[in-house]
Amino acid sequence: MFRRLSDRASGEVTFTFDGLPVRASAGDSVAAALLAAGVRACRTTPVSGAPRGPYCMMGVCFECLVRIDGMDNRQGCLVPVQEGMRVETQHGARALTTEPAQ
Amino acid sequence: MTEGMVRRGHGIADLADEYDVIVVGAGPAGLSAATMLARFKARTLLVDENQTPGGQIYRAITLAQSADRRRLGEDYWRGRGIAEDFLNSEAEYAPATTAWSIQSVQDDAERIVGQEVGLSSTGMARLIRAKQVVLATGALERPFPIPGWTLPGVMTAGAAQIALKTSGLVPSGKVVIAGTGPLLYLLAAQLIEAGARVSTVLDTTPRENWLRAFRHAPGFLVSPYLAKGLKLLRTVQRRTRVIRWVSELAAEGEGGLREVVWRAGGCEHRLPADLLLLHQGVVPNVNFSNAAGCAHEWDEAQLTFRPQIDEWYGSSVAGLSLAGDGAGIRGAEAAAIQGRIAGLGCASRLGLVAPAERDRLAVPLRRSLARAMRGRRFLDELYRPGKEFRVPQDPDTIVCRCEEISAGQIRTSVSAGAGGPNQMKVFLRCGMGPCQGRLCGLTVTELIADERSKHPCEIGFYRLRFPIKPLRLRELAALPQTQTAKVAVLADLADTHHSADWNERKPQ
Repeated sequence: MFRRLSDRASGEVTFTFDGLPVRASAGDSVAAALLAAGVRACRTTPVSGAPRGPYCMMGVCFECLVRIDGMDNRQGCLVPVQEGMRVETQHGARALTTEPAQ
Repeated sequence: MTEGMVRRGHGIADLADEYDVIVVGAGPAGLSAATMLARFKARTLLVDENQTPGGQIYRAITLAQSADRRRLGEDYWRGRGIAEDFLNSEAEYAPATTAWSIQSVQDDAERIVGQEVGLSSTGMARLIRAKQVVLATGALERPFPIPGWTLPGVMTAGAAQIALKTSGLVPSGKVVIAGTGPLLYLLAAQLIEAGARVSTVLDTTPRENWLRAFRHAPGFLVSPYLAKGLKLLRTVQRRTRVIRWVSELAAEGEGGLREVVWRAGGCEHRLPADLLLLHQGVVPNVNFSNAAGCAHEWDEAQLTFRPQIDEWYGSSVAGLSLAGDGAGIRGAEAAAIQGRIAGLGCASRLGLVAPAERDRLAVPLRRSLARAMRGRRFLDELYRPGKEFRVPQDPDTIVCRCEEISAGQIRTSVSAGAGGPNQMKVFLRCGMGPCQGRLCGLTVTELIADERSKHPCEIGFYRLRFPIKPLRLRELAALPQTQTAKVAVLADLADTHHSADWNERKPQ
C-alpha cells in the first residue's frame, strides 16, 4: 500500500512486528515503518474488536496504538523506530501490566 | 546543512523550572513566535511533539534533501528558513515533548501572575512555569465521517503527506483520493510528482459553492493562490481521472478497504481500492485552548469553533496567546507572521519592548499579513464541505471512532433528552476515548444542531479537560506535590468521608 522512494532510503533498522522481522529506515516512525512493510491494521478496538490502522499520522487520532517493548497504548506515529524494537498488535484495551522500571 | 540545523534539543530533565515564555508547537507560528521572543532576550522554551521542527506543514523540513524540494515544492522549502532562524536563536527547544495541561498561577491577591504548563517526554512529566504562554497548536483535518471510514486502508490525505515528508513513502497499488479543499489537489500533485499512480480523484466540492465563492473572486484573482491553484489542477487533471460533483461516498470491505463507492451524476459507481485518502479541509486544533478555558466562537465561513483573540493574539485568559491556524485557518504564510506579532505582544507584556516600538514593528507585519490572507475568503467559500459529508445521513455511520458511536445513536440520544455534546457524552461515552473528541467534536455539534433544528453556535462544543493527551499514571504520580494540592486532596477526602457518613445515616 506504500513504497519507499529510492532517494529516501537511509540507514537500515530492523525491528519485529508480532515476532516477525521488519526492515525500516532510520528516522521512520513505527507507524510509517509498518505502512512501508505493508501492514494495514495494527490494533483491534476495545469496543467491537474491529481492526484499525494508522489514520492521521500526526498524533491526534490514536488509531495507531501498538504495544512497544511490552508497553501498551504507544502512539506508533510519534515513536521513532529503533533497532531491535519489539512492536506488537494491540488487541482491544491495553493490558494492565506492570511497566518496566525506568 | 548549517550548524544550527543539527543543534540538539533539550531533554525534559534539563529544562529550567521557569521561563519567561513557553511556546507550544513548532509549526510556522510557534517557531516565529519563539524566534521573535528570543530576539528580545525573553527566556523562551519551545515544546513540540515531533522529533524535528516544522509542524505538519513543514514536517521534517530540517532533514529534507533537494529531491524533497523538487517533489514538495517551494512553499514547503520556505519552512527551512523559518526553522533555521529558530534553531539559530537563543530559544530553548524541547522536541518529542507533549504539553498536556496549563493552569494559571495566582498571587495572594488572586491576580494571574503566570502559567504552569504540564509537559511529558520519555516517560517523565514536569510542571514548568512561564509568565506568558503562546499556544501554536495548528490545525487538524476536519472529520470526514463516511460509511467505512474506520477501515484499515482509509487514511487522511494529510497522513499520506506526512508519510511522504518524513519517510519518503508514496502510496502504491490502487489509490483513490476523495474530498475537497486546496490540500486535496496539492497532495494529489505531490504524490503524482513523486511517482505514485493515483487512479481517481473524487471531488466532493458542492456545485453551488462556485456561485458563493464568485463574490470573493476579486481578492482571489490578485492572490498567489490563483496561479498555484491552476498549476496544481493542470498537473492533476493531466495525470489522473478527476470526477466532480460527487454527492455520496463510502468505503467498503471486510477487515480492510476493498472498494470505494460513490454517487455522481445520479448513478452509483464502484472502484476496487487498496488505499483511500480522505480530506475536506483543516480546522483549528482547539483542544488545548478549550481546556484552558479560552472563550471560543463559531466561525460560519469555516464551519468550526475558534478561540477569540485580540490584535496581539491574546486570548480571553490572561497571559495566554494563540497564534497560527489554531486561532482560525489562515495558512502557513499567515501563521508565521501571526507568530511574530504574538511574539511582539508577549515581549511587550514582559516589559521587553515599549508599546510604541512594538506598534512600529508590527506595522509591516500587519501589512504582510493582510497580503498573505488575500484570497482566503474565496477558498473558504469554494471549499466549504457539503452538509452530507459533515452531518452523516446514514444512521450506521460511525461518528466517534474511539468509542464506536454511530450517527443514529447520537440522534437517538438527542430525542432522549441530550441537548448538547456534554450531556450526550454521559449517555453514550461519545468523545471520551483517547482522541478526546478531536475526530468527532465538530460532527457531534453539527449532528445535534441538525437534530434540534438549531445553529451550531447554540449547541456549543465539548468541554474538554486536562490532561489533553493521555498521561501515564506513573508520570502523574511522580510529579512534585505542592502544599496547595495536598490541602485540596485532604479536603476532598474529608468531604467524601463526610458524605459517606451522611449517606449511612440516611433513612433507607
